Order: sequence, then structure tokens, then C-alpha cells
Amino acid sequence: MTEASMTKTDMSVSAFLMRRRGRGRFHWTDGLTYAYLLLGLVVMFVPVLWVVVSSFKTPANLAEFPPTILPFSAETAVVEGFDEPLPLFDVVGEDGETVRLAQIRRVGIQAQMIDPADPEAGRIVVPVENATPVRRVYLAFENYTNLLASSGNQIWRYVFNSLFITVVATVITLVMNSMAAFALSKYRFRGSNVALVSILATLMIPATVVLVPTYMIVAQLGLVGNLWGVILPTVATPTGVFLLRQYMLTIPDELIEAARMDHASEWRIFWRIILPLSSPALAVVAIFSILSRWNDFLLPLVVLNRRESYTLQLALASFQTEYGIQYEILLAMTTLTALPLACAFIFLQRYITTGIASTGIK
Amino acid sequence: MSAGTQFAAAAGAVVALPARLVEPVMYGLQRLLGIRRMPWVFLLPNLVAVILFALLPVFINVFYSVSGSDRLFPWDRPLVGGANYATLFDCDNFLDPSTCSRDLFWRALGNSLVFVPVQVTAMILIALLTAICLNRDIRARGFFRGIFFFPVMLSPVVVALTWQWILQRNGALNGLISSAGLTPVNWLVFPNTAFFWSVFVTVWAHMGFYTIILLAGLQAIPRDVYEAARMDSATPWRVFTRITLPLLKPVLLVVFILAVIRSVQTFDELYVLTGGGPGSATMLMVQYIFEVGFASQPRNFGLAAAASLLLGVALLIFTGIQMRISRSGRDD
Repeated sequence: MTEASMTKTDMSVSAFLMRRRGRGRFHWTDGLTYAYLLLGLVVMFVPVLWVVVSSFKTPANLAEFPPTILPFSAETAVVEGFDEPLPLFDVVGEDGETVRLAQIRRVGIQAQMIDPADPEAGRIVVPVENATPVRRVYLAFENYTNLLASSGNQIWRYVFNSLFITVVATVITLVMNSMAAFALSKYRFRGSNVALVSILATLMIPATVVLVPTYMIVAQLGLVGNLWGVILPTVATPTGVFLLRQYMLTIPDELIEAARMDHASEWRIFWRIILPLSSPALAVVAIFSILSRWNDFLLPLVVLNRRESYTLQLALASFQTEYGIQYEILLAMTTLTALPLACAFIFLQRYITTGIASTGIK
Repeated sequence: MSAGTQFAAAAGAVVALPARLVEPVMYGLQRLLGIRRMPWVFLLPNLVAVILFALLPVFINVFYSVSGSDRLFPWDRPLVGGANYATLFDCDNFLDPSTCSRDLFWRALGNSLVFVPVQVTAMILIALLTAICLNRDIRARGFFRGIFFFPVMLSPVVVALTWQWILQRNGALNGLISSAGLTPVNWLVFPNTAFFWSVFVTVWAHMGFYTIILLAGLQAIPRDVYEAARMDSATPWRVFTRITLPLLKPVLLVVFILAVIRSVQTFDELYVLTGGGPGSATMLMVQYIFEVGFASQPRNFGLAAAASLLLGVALLIFTGIQMRISRSGRDD
């Protein structure tokens, strides 16, 4: 390896950057590759970073155009005779000297200022172009505290609904899919192929195509506006059955034979032997289930028609139309909604990517 | 202990108590039915859910499409034969949507017919380019892979709101443009720019998924093929067209089919980002189904079902043709 042969002294920055794992020199295509990847870094990551940064801006800062990169807040001062704190400005006077004044109001291109150190001196009229606001970097955590405290704690209701749907649907999916996969991988029985094919055939039916009848069946079960109305239609994932079945086929049948010798019941064999051995496949199915249930939109949009039953995603989507647009709250909520998955992603990236790569499903 | 097994252990703990209650029931069933019928017991819950929420709806959908009125339950709905289809196809001139009685359907169809080819082409080209770059001998490969993949994890609503925040009139993009001395553009207000950003945002959100599949495909190509090509001092372009592309063809086909099916079903992101607007410039088929069946009053389930059946049949035909092509490709 080239690293080993390189002494510390001649390891310049460029040598460090151009050092390669394999043999061979730095090729021009490598330059192109890094240029593309850096462009990708900007296009993929900066938008999300921008939302997170913006969510820490005050409403006044958000209204600025062009937007500031960092969250700023105007410095204010309390001046005698005024109830509200007044924003501070650095004003360049006629003599070229800069003084710090507090603005009372702005009238067209003129601003009425007052000297916070000497309020008795009276109002000073200053052209706006000579005044620059005094600002400091300020993280507006109150966007988050307001969001979490406001509107009668509705937000916690949405979080609960989303969590409930995600957790319950995932647990049911895991149990049901693995039971079916167990039957389809460890037993020989008439009709097993028909059952397998009819489960896998549903892969071909896009959920959006059967939206109306699905809604009808949910309504017939009396579950419109009920969280179970979103859980039940989604639990029989064909991909989960397929993935688990393929995995269980690799578990040797001798284990089951031995357990039967010991008079274990079929359920016990499934629950105590097959299920624990399938945990890698279960983890992949669980991750995909959690992902798609947490992010689900169309089915909840149709089924959950009452505000109390809204998921986080529905609440977020309805937010922009409902309150005019309160961007600081909307941005904070967007960040909060994306946060759990961002955390999960850091820990589970390997499982997710290998899961996708090996099955091509999501 | 890895995160996966930890998770499995936690999930196991949650279901341990109900499982203890299930066990005697299942044992009783086994005594009652015998071991030979136990697989059906294991299959039953999943099969019921599949039939109730996947197979049955297909047949009900057919019935909806040939019945009328705004009633939800099938037994309340009178049969109207092909009237729903006739309404959809009621056009003086098929090339001009405004002459149709359901002009939105034709606009949505027209939009989808432009959106799907453009989006899928862009998606596959960018995903392939990214996968090739990630497959090279580069530093921080895991980091870059994560960067390209993470939008797949974001919810469609979050994706749409993120880009809305950037594209709005006083957003970051217009900030950049105006500080470069150019005139800001109201991106989501004009049909053409709104359409462009619809394609861009959906590609941005989903390309990571296809990149991962293509990357796995690239890594499955044996290295000695490339070694041999280097011995013959083949140019990178030649290596790409003569080795990489042919060996990647099966994976590319899977990616292509998945991308088309998903692209046809695009709804969530655009519903939040543009709402199908301005006007109907970015309204696609699924949104039309949603609008007709659920958003507008009176709800016209029959029309929505007819439109969705046409969509399903189109997808089926497309997949069939693809399978046929891939099979004939394998023979020669």
C-alpha cells in the first residue's frame, strides 16, 4: 500500500487527498468524481440543513430578503417612556461618526430615533440608508417551545397518533408476516403455492389503484377516523412475507424435527426457534415497515378525517393552509417530524441499504 | 450486540405477554385440527388481510367503475354500465382537453405522459452516474452514500415543505439569484418552472433508492473483467459501454420497472408542493383520482374507480411488455 511507503515528512495535503487505496496514480476521472460528489453533497444536504437553520430564526429574521445565512435577532434596548423594547441601529451621522440609536418608528425613508443613553435629548430624524440594524446570532428556541406548548397540546396528539400507528402496525406486520412465512417455508401442504402466489400477486396492485374500495371496506368496518383504519389495510405486506420466507428457507429443518421429538407444539417451534433465528430478516422488515408507516400520507389523508386522529404528516401538510403561513412554527415542526428518522438512519444505515440492495423493495 | 438484534429483543419483550396468551390457544387448535392443518392456521391472519385489503378491492373496484351515484356502499349503487368510462372518454377532440366533459382527466393524463418519461429518464441517468461515482475507489464512500440516500428516508411532506421553503418568492434560491444580480423568479407560480421543480424534487427525493440498487449491481460485476480491460488499455468510455452497461442490464431493467411504477403513482410530494397547480399544470393521475373520489363534492367514486382501473391496466400492460422484452433479450 502506498500509505505505508510514504514517510510522514513528505505527506503534503495534496498527497493525502490523492492517496488511493489501490495502486495507480490520480487520474483525471477521479477529479471529476470528487467534483460530482461535492456537488451532490451541496444539492442533497444543504436544502435540509437550510430548513433546520431557518427553524431557529425569529419571524422578523425569516421575513428578510435576501435571507441571512445564520439566524440573527435584532438587538433591542429598553428606553424610558416606551413600553416595548426598541430595536437598536448603528447610525452614521453627518460628521461621519457612528452612534448607536434606538428606532421608535420608521416613516418612509426617514426613521425617528432616540438615544437610549440620553432619552431627554429628544427624537432624532435619520435617513434610513444611514442606519444599519445591530444584530447578533440568536437561536430562536422559542419556535420549538411555542410549537410544543401551543394549541392545547394538539401536537402531542399528532405525535402519539403517528407513534401508535407506526408501532402497532409494525408489530402486527412482523407477527403476521412471519407466521405466514413460517407456514410457507416449513410445511409441505396442498395449496401452499396458491397461497404464496396470491400473496405475492398483491405486489402488482398499487395501493393508489384500489384506494376507493379500500376506503369502503374501512368504512364498512366502522373505522373511518380511527387509527385502526390506517393500520389494518397496511399490515399484510407481500414483501415482508417474501423476505421472511426466503430467509426461513435457509434455516435447517432438522431443528424443527428435533423440537417435535421433544413434543414442542408447532406454535412453540415457531415462536421459540424460528422467530429468534430470523431476527436479521425481521429487522429489515421492521425498518421498512416503520419507515413507510411513519411517512404514510395518502391512506391517512383519506381515512383520518378528524383533527384528533391526524398523524404528524397530515398535521404538517394541513398546517400551511390553515394558519396563513406561520413559517417559524411550520419549519420547527418540519424539523421535528424529520428528526426521528434522521436519528434512526445514522444507526441503521447499513441494514437499510443492504435490505434495499438485496431485495429491491421499500 | 448489533442494533438489529437489540431492536428484535425489544420488540420481543413488547409482544412476550400476548404471546403467552396465544400459546394455549394455538396448542388447543393443534390438538383439535392436527399438525397437517396447522400451516393454514399460521397463514390465516395474513391471508384474511390480503384478501380483505388487496384482492377483494380489485373486484370491488371493477364494480364501482360500472356503477353510479355518490353512495359509498356497493349495494346502494345502481349499475350504469360503461357510463363512467363514456364520461371519461367524452371528447370532441382528443388532442384538446378543453373539449372534453372531464377535461381534468385528460390534463392529468397528459401531464403524467410527460412527467413519467422525463422523471424516469432523469432519475435513472442521475442514479447511474451517482452509483458509478460511488463505486470508484474514493475516500469517505460511506459518507457520500449516506448523503445521497438519506432523502429516501424523509417523508414526502417534509420533502415538499423543504423545497417549498427554498423555492418560495423570498426563499433561499431567489436570495442567491438576486445577490448574483439577476431577477428573482416566482418558481411555483409559472406552469413550466413548477413542472420542472416537480420533476427535480421527486428525483431528489427518490434517486438514492435506485442508486443503492445500481451500486449493488455494479459491485456484483467481477473485478477481473475490469482488470482484463485495463490490460488491453481500453478507454473508460469503452469500458463503460462494453462491460458495465451490458453486465448491469438486468439490474437496470428492475430499476426501470420500479421507477416507472412509482413515477406513475406520484402523489404525496406534489400534493403538498404545488397542489397540482398552478391551475392543473402539475396534476398527475393519482391526484385526479383523489380529487374526483375524495376531495370534491359530491364524491364521484365511480369515476375515480374507472380512472384508477385504467391506470392499473396501463401499469400491467407496461410490466408485461417489459418482462417480454427482458425474456427475449435473454434468449439471444
